[in-house]
Order: sequence, then C-alpha cells, then structure tokens
Amino acid sequence: MSTPVAITGIGQTRYAAKRDDLSMPGLVREAAKRALDDAGVDWSDIDAVVLGKAPDMFEGVVQPELFLAGALGAVGKPMMRVHTAGSVGGSTAVVASHLISSGVHKRILTVAWEKQSESNAMWALSQRFPFAPPTTAGAGGYFAPIIRAYMRRTDAPEHIGWQVAVKDRQNAALNPLAHLQIPDISLEKVQASPMLWDPIRYLETCPSSDGACAMVMSCEDDGHKDAAWVHGTAMRSEPMLFAGRDEVSPQAGKDCARDAYAEAGITPADIDCAELYVPFSWYEPMWLENVGLAESGWRAVDEGRTALGGDLPINMSGGVLSSNPIGASGMIRFAEAALQVRGRAGAHQVDGAKLALGHAYGGGSQFFSMWIVGSERPS
Amino acid sequence: MSDDPVTRFKAPVRLDYTVTAGSVTADFLREILKGRLVGRRCPDCRCVYLPPRSACPTCGVITTEQIEVGPNGTVTTFSVIRFPFEGQVLEPPYACAHVLVDGTDTPLLHIVGNCDVDDMRMGMRVRAVWAEELKPTLASVRYFEPNGEPDVTYDSFSGHV
Ligand SMILES: [Zn+2]
Repeated sequence: MSTPVAITGIGQTRYAAKRDDLSMPGLVREAAKRALDDAGVDWSDIDAVVLGKAPDMFEGVVQPELFLAGALGAVGKPMMRVHTAGSVGGSTAVVASHLISSGVHKRILTVAWEKQSESNAMWALSQRFPFAPPTTAGAGGYFAPIIRAYMRRTDAPEHIGWQVAVKDRQNAALNPLAHLQIPDISLEKVQASPMLWDPIRYLETCPSSDGACAMVMSCEDDGHKDAAWVHGTAMRSEPMLFAGRDEVSPQAGKDCARDAYAEAGITPADIDCAELYVPFSWYEPMWLENVGLAESGWRAVDEGRTALGGDLPINMSGGVLSSNPIGASGMIRFAEAALQVRGRAGAHQVDGAKLALGHAYGGGSQFFSMWIVGSERPS
Repeated sequence: MSDDPVTRFKAPVRLDYTVTAGSVTADFLREILKGRLVGRRCPDCRCVYLPPRSACPTCGVITTEQIEVGPNGTVTTFSVIRFPFEGQVLEPPYACAHVLVDGTDTPLLHIVGNCDVDDMRMGMRVRAVWAEELKPTLASVRYFEPNGEPDVTYDSFSGHV
C-alpha cells in the first residue's frame, strides 16, 4: 500500500515579463517561502527538495540548481532536478509526490521556475539543427502545422481559437498573479491581432514570463482540513518522429490520461475542472479530446462549456495563455488544480470543485504528465 | 558616478561544437551530394524514413535497405511564418511545410518556395528544387515548389498528419 500524499502548502510568485526586483534565487525563494507559510511549516521541517525547470538555454544559466540549494534551504538535504522540457513542472510534482507515496520521505518542498527575461526562448527554440533546412521558428513554428491539421481533421471553425484566447484572458482578470491583464479582450481584438505562425495569431499565443511555483507535500495533512490529496499521477512519453505518429492527438497523452484516471479510480466525467497546458489557444480543444474530457473539443469550447461558469471549466487561472514561466507552467497547472479542490482559488474558484485535473506536456508533444487531486483523502 | 543599482548586464553565451553524423546520416548526406534523396526502410513494418533512421522507432529494429525516394511529394500540412525573429535565416513571410516525399512514410519538415504563401494548400503536390552547389545537408534542397500536378485528396494522406 502506498502512503497517501497531501498538498498542504502552495506558493506562487506574481508572474510578469520581467521580475527585475528579484534574482533567480530570490524568485524561487519567494514561491518556496509562500508555500511553507501556507503549510505552516519551517525550512527545517522539509526532508528533501525536488526542482524542475525547462532546458537551460531558455535562460542561459547552465545547471542553475547548483546555486539554488541555499535559497531553497536544501543544504545538507537530498535535492534533485527533473528534466522533461515544457512538461517539467508537472513531472517535478509527480516525482515529488512519489517520494512521499513510496515512503522515502515524509515532507517535501517542490519548486519549478523560469526567468525568461534572462534570455530569449524564441531564439533558443529556433536554433538550426545540423544538416537541416532553416525551418525552426520557435514553439509556434513547430505547433502551427499540427493545429492546422486538427482544424482540417475536425472541421473546426476558425473562431474556436479566438474564443479560447478570450476566455483565458477573462479568467486571468480574476487572478491577481496572472501576467497578462487584458481587460478589454474580445473576439474582434484577437481576430485583428497580427498573424505570427499562420494559423496562430498574436493574441492566441502565450507570453514570456518570469515566475516560480512551489508546493509542500506531506504524508499527513499536517492539521490542514483543506489539504488537497493526490488521487492519481501519470507520466508518459513517445518519440518525436515515427511512421504513423498522430501528432494531433499523441498516443502518449491518451495513455497518460488513462493511467491517471485508472489510478484515481474515476472516469473523465468525474472531473469537475481542469488546468490543461495550453500555450496556443487551439491546444485547449486538442487536449480536451486527447485526455478524454470531450469527444469534440471544439464543440465543448463553442458551447461555452469550458468557461468558468460552464460545466467543464478549463484553465480558470488564465492558463499558460496568460502566464508562461515555461519551467513552472506545468507546476502552476498542478498547483491551481490543487487550489480548486481546497476551495482556495479566490475569484476564479469553481463552486464545489471536488476533483480536478492538472496536465502538462513538453518537447514536440513527447512528454506528458498529469495528476488528479481531490478534496477527500483517497480511500 | 551614478548611484543607480546594477540590476542586469548582458553576458553572451557561445558554444562551438562538432557534430558527428554517424554512418546512416553520412550515407544519406553522400547521396545528397549526388542530388538524390535516399531513405531507409524498416524490415518489419516496411515504413520508409526520410531522413533515414538507423533503427525504426516503432519496431526497434535496425534499418538496412536504402531506397531512393522523391523528388515529388505532397504537402500534408504547413504554417506560414509571418514575422521576424532573432536568428531568422529566411525573410518572412515564408511557408514551412510537412512534405510527404513520394515513397516515404514520415513527413519531412521543409520550406515551400516559388509559391505565393496565400496559395499554400494541404494536399498540394510539390517537387524538390536543388541548389546549384550541393553540400552535405538537407538544405541542399533549397525548397519544394509546386510541380503542376493537381492536389490530392485529404483522405489519401490523412494517416500522415
Ligand atoms: Zn518498423
């Protein structure tokens, strides 16, 4: 039998294009301290620290974990870094939870971050591969043809992407930590924004953000009656290229979702709300189908089901479309799912949320990580 | 002397490295120097990989059979890059496409040229246009251009997108 895992503390920085007020150690410490305060524990109560961030080239500091041990109170304690591209924030939380469920540690601090302002991720993601034509053009350059393939496959109308772009920014207006605040966002505004990677428009993309997210996980609820409990975790991967690969709805994503639901002993219909990793608006309908939350993702969007007041709210926090410190973006999804089942999401709370899904993906849709968290201790 | 605190300074990072192509890619690049696209076939699932893979990622077996493919192909999907960014090589707007080269099973990411970006279509038939001077890189195919054949139906390539 594995040990139940409680999320007793959640800390996030505010997200912004540039956090010039903080160094990288200061940034991670801000999130970590908030998580400890929320959990009501001190640095000395932590047994181990598990970190995650996106590839080092994204902020130009190689192996930054080596100089963060002090800032995170990890001196003399076990500390490890997880490394799964954009999905890393999610995978890091999963690894941290396993160190408790397996009985190795009793209480863990997990942190993920990115200080995008310290380098240029668009540049880092546009490096020419050896022996190859100059086709690299950031993440959007990679995902735009796949989005076009989804639109063709499902006959989805163009306005679906605009609807997600509007909905997530409306949600962000209810989240004081969110980076993008566009109170006058509208379908017209999204439609009129410049075309970057056709068919992706400027307002359908995520920003570049600085920020960090942290959680304290424990084998006990530590006296917190509102702790969130981990009901299921899963990670899956697949190669970036193989004959017959479904890039629109990767098998690894489907398998990851199936594993998570099975471990939680639920079906997708039991999920009250979800935070999905959506860096480009079209990935909301695409992932809704991939993780089994909707048969037709775009129809769910079109019918308003994924809005905060709908029956399947998605990205209540404003999502990656509103805040994107890449390495932290996955963990923010996981932490926001936990906030929902704790009833602590403030103005973007879904009434009565009992089971929530956190989701992240990375690389060329090669890595997937998910968790399902609930308000009740798993039986 | 200013009392303004230093909050940021630029520290450019540079890394020079040598890439070893490996025998399978080296074979492929030698054929490129002759103006030929040569993929590799998996002995189990019979899928043809271009650029060639030393092993089939699906079956996990070594690929042995070399097979000349192209020069025609089909655009299965694409994007048009419409904005400038740091490190960009081509001038926007330009089209990046998944080109399923005839005789292969894995779409190749390449440029489509000699075509108005607003005329780009899924199912468009294209052919490889070679550079005058061939070098050991897939960029020796300057781009793919419309070959004049009628578009093919979506159903004929939907298993590859
Ligand atoms: Zn095979």
